Amino acid sequence: MTSVAVVGAKPASPATITLTIDGVRAQTQRGQSVLEACREAGIYLPTLCYDPDLEPYGGCRLCMVEVEGMRGLPTACTLPAQEGMVVRTESPQLDAVRRDTLELILADHAGDCLICRKNGHCQLQEVSSYLGVDCRPALLREPTRPVDRSNPFFDFDPNKCILCGICVRACAELQGAHAIDFAWRGLETKVTPSGGGLWIDSNCEYCGECLIRCPTGALAPKNSQKASRYVKSVCPYCGVGCSIRLGIRGDRIVSVAGDKESPVNNGRLCVKGRFGIIEAVHSPNRLTKPLIKRDGNFVEANWDEALDLIAQKFHEIRAQHGPEALGVIASARIANEANYLAQKLARAVLGTNKVDCCARICHAPSVHGLLRSFGSGAMTNSLAEIEEAHTILLIGSNTTEAHPTVGSGIRRAVQRGTKLIAADPREIELAKIADIHLPLRPGTDAALANALAHHIIAQGLQNQKFMDERTEGFEEFWAVVQKYTPEYAEGITGVSAEKIKRAAELYARGQPGMIVYCLGVTEHRTGVVSVQTIANLALITGFVGQPSSGVNPLRGQNNVQGACDMGALPEFLPGYQRWDNPEHVKKFEDAWGVKLPKTPAHYPLIFCSRMWDDILKGNLHGLYIIGEDVALTEGNISKVRKALQSLDFLVVQELFMTPTAELAHVVLPAAGFAEIDGTFTDSERRVQRVRKAVPSPGECKPDWQIVCEISNRLGYPMNYQNADEVFEELRKLMPNYGGITYRRLEEHPGLQWPCPDEAHPGTRFLHKEKFTRGLGKLVGIEQEPPEEVPDEEYPFLLTTGRVLQHYNCASMTEQVAGVVQLVPENLVEISPKDAEALGLKGGDLVRVVSRRGAVKARVKIRQIAEGVVFMPFHHKEEPTNLITNDALDPICGTAEVKACAVRIEKRIKTL
Amino acid sequence: MSDTRARSQLIPLLQKAQQKWGYLASEALREIARELRIPESKVYGVATFYAQFKLTRQGKRSVKICRGTACHVRGGARILAETKKRLGLQEGETSPDYQHTLETVACIGACALAPCLTINEEVHGRLNTIKVAALFGGEEDA
Repeated sequence: MTSVAVVGAKPASPATITLTIDGVRAQTQRGQSVLEACREAGIYLPTLCYDPDLEPYGGCRLCMVEVEGMRGLPTACTLPAQEGMVVRTESPQLDAVRRDTLELILADHAGDCLICRKNGHCQLQEVSSYLGVDCRPALLREPTRPVDRSNPFFDFDPNKCILCGICVRACAELQGAHAIDFAWRGLETKVTPSGGGLWIDSNCEYCGECLIRCPTGALAPKNSQKASRYVKSVCPYCGVGCSIRLGIRGDRIVSVAGDKESPVNNGRLCVKGRFGIIEAVHSPNRLTKPLIKRDGNFVEANWDEALDLIAQKFHEIRAQHGPEALGVIASARIANEANYLAQKLARAVLGTNKVDCCARICHAPSVHGLLRSFGSGAMTNSLAEIEEAHTILLIGSNTTEAHPTVGSGIRRAVQRGTKLIAADPREIELAKIADIHLPLRPGTDAALANALAHHIIAQGLQNQKFMDERTEGFEEFWAVVQKYTPEYAEGITGVSAEKIKRAAELYARGQPGMIVYCLGVTEHRTGVVSVQTIANLALITGFVGQPSSGVNPLRGQNNVQGACDMGALPEFLPGYQRWDNPEHVKKFEDAWGVKLPKTPAHYPLIFCSRMWDDILKGNLHGLYIIGEDVALTEGNISKVRKALQSLDFLVVQELFMTPTAELAHVVLPAAGFAEIDGTFTDSERRVQRVRKAVPSPGECKPDWQIVCEISNRLGYPMNYQNADEVFEELRKLMPNYGGITYRRLEEHPGLQWPCPDEAHPGTRFLHKEKFTRGLGKLVGIEQEPPEEVPDEEYPFLLTTGRVLQHYNCASMTEQVAGVVQLVPENLVEISPKDAEALGLKGGDLVRVVSRRGAVKARVKIRQIAEGVVFMPFHHKEEPTNLITNDALDPICGTAEVKACAVRIEKRIKTL
Repeated sequence: MSDTRARSQLIPLLQKAQQKWGYLASEALREIARELRIPESKVYGVATFYAQFKLTRQGKRSVKICRGTACHVRGGARILAETKKRLGLQEGETSPDYQHTLETVACIGACALAPCLTINEEVHGRLNTIKVAALFGGEEDA
C-alpha cells in the first residue's frame, strides 16, 4: 500500500534500479524513495515524520543524505531512488546537521521519559539514542500548554508534540476524517481540531490511526499495558471482518491492533475494534453460570441441571405438539461451526425446519434478490476492489458508521479520484464528499434504480453486447421501466430529474463501475425486488463479473454471511443447497442419518420474523435463541416481547443478560469470540479463523459445545473433539467450502468461497464468465410505497440505522465506558427546516410516537430529506424498535424497520 | 469542484467574509468549508495561519501602533503605553463595548511621520501623548 510520489521518475525505464548506498550496491524498485531503498538494504536512517502508509513529507529533516552530484542535503524520504545514484547516509557534516536539527526538536519537547506512556517505544528516544545526544537542550518555553484529556480513549499533550504531522496526515490520508490539522504559526503552531476546541467536540471518529503512529508521547492511550503474547483473530463487530492481533497478558486482553498483513483491513480498525473489545470481553456483566428461572427470578444452576431441563422440555413439547412446535434461532454473531450444528440440531434432532438467524432482519433480501438476478446471494466482489473502482454507486449505506474501515476506503478512493454517487436520505459523511448526492425518500430505491436504468437506456449508454450475451428478460424489464423517466421518478423519490440523469451518466460511463448497497435498500417490505432493480443496473451496463465491478451488499454482522452459508435459514440447506433438489436433500439425510423434516413445499416457511405470529397462534411452543437480542432488534418489538412471554419454554444462550434473555426460562452462558476456536465468514465471503486467546469467565462454554450437549441429551450423539472436526464435516457437505481447511487457514489470510477443492485459491469476484444461474435476469418491478406513509396524524417518515460507536443491540458496546460516554442515549435526527417548524433545538428531549408505541430521544439537527427523521436502535432504555413497523417482505420476511410514520411530540421540561 | 480550485478560492472567500462581518465566526468558517468542500480543520488552519484573519469580533475602530525602527527611535513605546492606558486595553484585546481593538504592527510604512498609528485605514503621524489622548478621548491627566 506504500505510495511514494514519483518525483521526476523517468517513464519506460526498467523496474529495478541499482544505486550505491554507503559504498554498497543496493537494488530497489523504481518509484521507491532513497529512504525506502536504505531500509530495504538494512540501513537505518533516523526519521520522525516518515510512515510507510503515508505520503512522504520531508518535515523532520533527519533523514537527510548526501548524493553525489546533487547540491545540498536532500531528505531521503522525498527523494526518488534513481539509477546509478551514489548516496552517503553518514558524514561529519550530516551528523552535525542532524544533531542541530534534533536539538531544536528536543528544545520544544517537554516531559519525563521514565513516566511517559511511550517510554521504550518512542521514536524520539530511538533517534536521540542513535545520534548520541548527551545533554538535553534547555526548553524553549515552560511546558504549560494544557493537555487535552477530553476524549475517553487517549490524551493529547501538545508539550510533547514535535509537529511531525503524522497524526494530521493519518487522519486525512488514511481515515479521510480530517478531524485535526495544524493551526496558528511559528512557535504557536499546534495540532488541533477545527475551531481550536477540545478533541471530544471535534468530528474525530476515534479510529486511532493517529494514536498508533504518534512517534512521541504526545498522543498516548489512556490505558496501555504491554502484552506478553499475541493471538491473531477477527473483530467480532461488523461484517467487514477486520483481522486483529490481540495482545494478551496473563489471562486478559490488554491490547488490540489491526493486522497489517490482512487484505481486508491492512491494519486499519474503527473505534469499536480498537477501543471496544477489551471492556466487552472482560466485562463484569458477562453471564458466567447457567440460570434457571424459578418463580419469576433467575437462580444459578449447574450445567447438568440446565441442560437436562432443556432436553426434558423440548421432549415434552415435541411429544405434545409435534416437532414443528420447536424452533431455533442461530446467530450471525457466533462461529460457523456453532451455526452449522444449531441448524443440524433443528433439522436432524428436533425435526423442525423452523430455524433462522438474524440475516432475516438485514440482508435476507440480498440473498434472495441476488440469487434471483445472478444466482448467488453474496457480495460479487472483494472489499479491497471497492477502492479501485472508477465509479462507486452507493445506495442506502452509511458506510462510514456501519462499516467504518470500508467507509474510510471509499473516502481514500474519492481522494484519489474515484467518482462517488451517494443515494441516501441523510447527508451522510460520504454524501458530503460525493460527486452527486441523491437524497431520496426512504423506501424509493426501486424507483430510483428504475429511473437510472431508464436514462442509461434512453441515452444509449447500455452495454448492448453484454446484455445480448449474458442477460435475459429485457422485454419484461423494459415494459415496466420505460415509464420510469427521471421526471416520473422525481415525483416518487424527491430527487431532481437532473441529478438522476447526471448520476446515471456518471455510473454508466465509469468503467469499472461498482455498486455498494446496504440495509437502506433491504429493510423494507420491498427489499427483495429493490435489490433486483439495483442488480438490473449492473446487468445493463455489464458492470459485473470483473474486478471492481459488481453488486455488493455490505453484510451487517461479523458472521452473518457465515450463518447464511451454514444453512441457518429455513429456505436453504447448508451451502444454499435446495429443498427442491432431491440429491441435495438425500446428501444431508445420508450424512446425518435421519429423514429431514417436512420441506418448505409442505408448509410455509416460518422465518424468524414470522415466528412471533406463529407463537401467538399457538403453533410454536419452544424456542432456542443463540446470541440474538430479538426483543430489541426486530421491528415492532412489543409484539416480539408478547410472543416470547407466551412461549412454553425459551432458552437463550448469551454473553450478557439482554432484554431477550430476561424473558427466558433458561439462560446459558456462552464463550465469546476471543475464547473459542472457530471461523467467521465476512462480507466478502472470506472465511477467517478466530482463536482461543483467553479463558472464558466462570463456566461459559463455546456455543458449538452447548449445542452438542443438548443434542446428546436428546438422543442424537454429537461427539466432536474440537471445532476443527465440525468444520471438516460441514466443508464436505458444502461444495463452496470444500477446499477450506483449518490448516489452509493458518497459511492464508482467510479464503474466499467458492473454494471447491484444496488446490483452489478462493474466489475474489463472482460471475466472471457466466452467472451462477446461467444468464443474468433483468426484471421489471414497480415501486411500491412503504406500508405506512406519513399522514396528518403521523407526519414524518422514520428511518433507522446505526451509529459509529455502538453496535446493534449494544449488549457489547454498552460495556465500553468510552462508547457510552460518546453516545449515552437515543437520538432523533431531523432536518433544520422541520426542527424550526416544530420549534425544536438540538438537545431537546422529544417523544417519537408511531401507531405502535413511543420512545424518548434527544433532537439532533442534521441535513436530512425534509419530512424524514432518523433514529438509531441501540438503546434498550428507549428502544426505537418499539415504534418501527413489522410489515414483512412477502418473499423473504424481512421487516420494514426502515420506514414508518411517526409524529414528534415536544416534551414539557420536568425539573 | 477540483481540490486545487477550491483551495485557490479559500483565502479570497475568507477575506470577503471578514470584510462583510469584520471577523470570521466559527459558523462562517463552517459554511466556507462546506461550500468549498475543504475540511473544516484545514480552513481553521489557514484562517489562523494568517495574521490578517480575525476569529473574534473586532472593535469598530482598529488601532494599530507602529513598532518600526523610525517610530521606535522617536518614542513609539510611549505612544503604545499611552494608547494602552487611554483605551484600557493590552495588545490584541478588544474593548467590551466593541469600540476599539488594539494591535501593534511591524511597520506602517509612514516613517516620515514617526511615531504613528492607524485607526482603521487612516494614518495619524507625528504623535505625542497629548495627541494620543485627544484621539482616544478623555482629559489629559499628565
